Amino acid sequence: MPLVYALVLAAGMVAVPAAATTAPAQAPSAAGATTPGVARPNAEDPALEQRLISVTKELRCLVCQNESIADSHASLAVDMRNEIREQLKSGMSERQVIDFMVARYGNFVRFRPPLDWTTIALWFGPGLLMAIGLGLLVGQLRHRRTLAAARAMPDLSEAERAALATLASGRDGHEKHKDGNTDRMVDR
Amino acid sequence: MNRAWLPLVGFGVLAAFLGVGLTLNPREVPSPLIGKPAPAFSLPTLAEPQKQFSVEDAKGKVWLLNVWASWCTPCLEEHPIIEVLSKKGIPVYGLNYKDKEAAATAWLRRHGDPYILSVVDPTGRVGIDYGVYGTPETYLIDKQGVIRFKHVGPLNPQVVERTLLPLIAKLRAS
Repeated sequence: MPLVYALVLAAGMVAVPAAATTAPAQAPSAAGATTPGVARPNAEDPALEQRLISVTKELRCLVCQNESIADSHASLAVDMRNEIREQLKSGMSERQVIDFMVARYGNFVRFRPPLDWTTIALWFGPGLLMAIGLGLLVGQLRHRRTLAAARAMPDLSEAERAALATLASGRDGHEKHKDGNTDRMVDR
Repeated sequence: MNRAWLPLVGFGVLAAFLGVGLTLNPREVPSPLIGKPAPAFSLPTLAEPQKQFSVEDAKGKVWLLNVWASWCTPCLEEHPIIEVLSKKGIPVYGLNYKDKEAAATAWLRRHGDPYILSVVDPTGRVGIDYGVYGTPETYLIDKQGVIRFKHVGPLNPQVVERTLLPLIAKLRAS
């Protein structure tokens, strides 16, 4: 029953990331073992968890750099989630939490770094390269078109033009040619 | 210039950028704390948990704060270098990061204790203040309590000889 397998697979794909984002408090860590109670299970305040996820999705886990703190199971990410949860609980805004992390880990911790002189190439570099590439491509295509046009319409003399016109209207000539097939054989 | 050279020039530029990129370590994230006062903490020491140590206590010294843990394999690899630094008379303080007291004490007994003292940070909360993301990490803190240098990962002889020792000498002289 391939359809059943597909459904199970699809359900799994939906369920696994959901579990990953809602299970931080269960992740074992040295900290959890020595100081229970720092991380409370999350379900008691869904609004807070929602804010926690929206902040932690913006922050890079420094251990596994392509994962956000929201997604990562690294022990540091667990600690940071707990820290951020406490901060949000104590009334800090999302902005303040991000600033707190930037002050400690630098702009690298943000997936969307602020626009300044050090990040200007990061923000506009790809667009600039794309524009240059497109410009070169368009230039090249235009250049080719003028070349092709020049090749297609070389300077012809009157006689050549006439000959060309005869050739261009050449369907009749072709038929005749077919008729005269035997003649040609003789000619040879 | 002959246009046929253009692709080769383009390739050369690209290769140069990628070549430089290969020499960079993506794990090494520049710390925003360089040039800033070392984040304050007051933590119990590993040897005597009733005693506290704070950054203030080391003021007037040029010292190293080395983040270590008994579960951290590269810390063991780094350990002989810490011992050398300690023997050279450089005050090295340990920050025992997310460890268990018994395991940490046993580790020091087994491999030697080059630290003046180690403070314990079982939750890693102070670690977050210092921007710790991988052990070992080493911070060089000057007489005024300002972080001057940070090394992520095990210290190696090159970093010690070329960067750390000259910087310590300079900071001590000032």
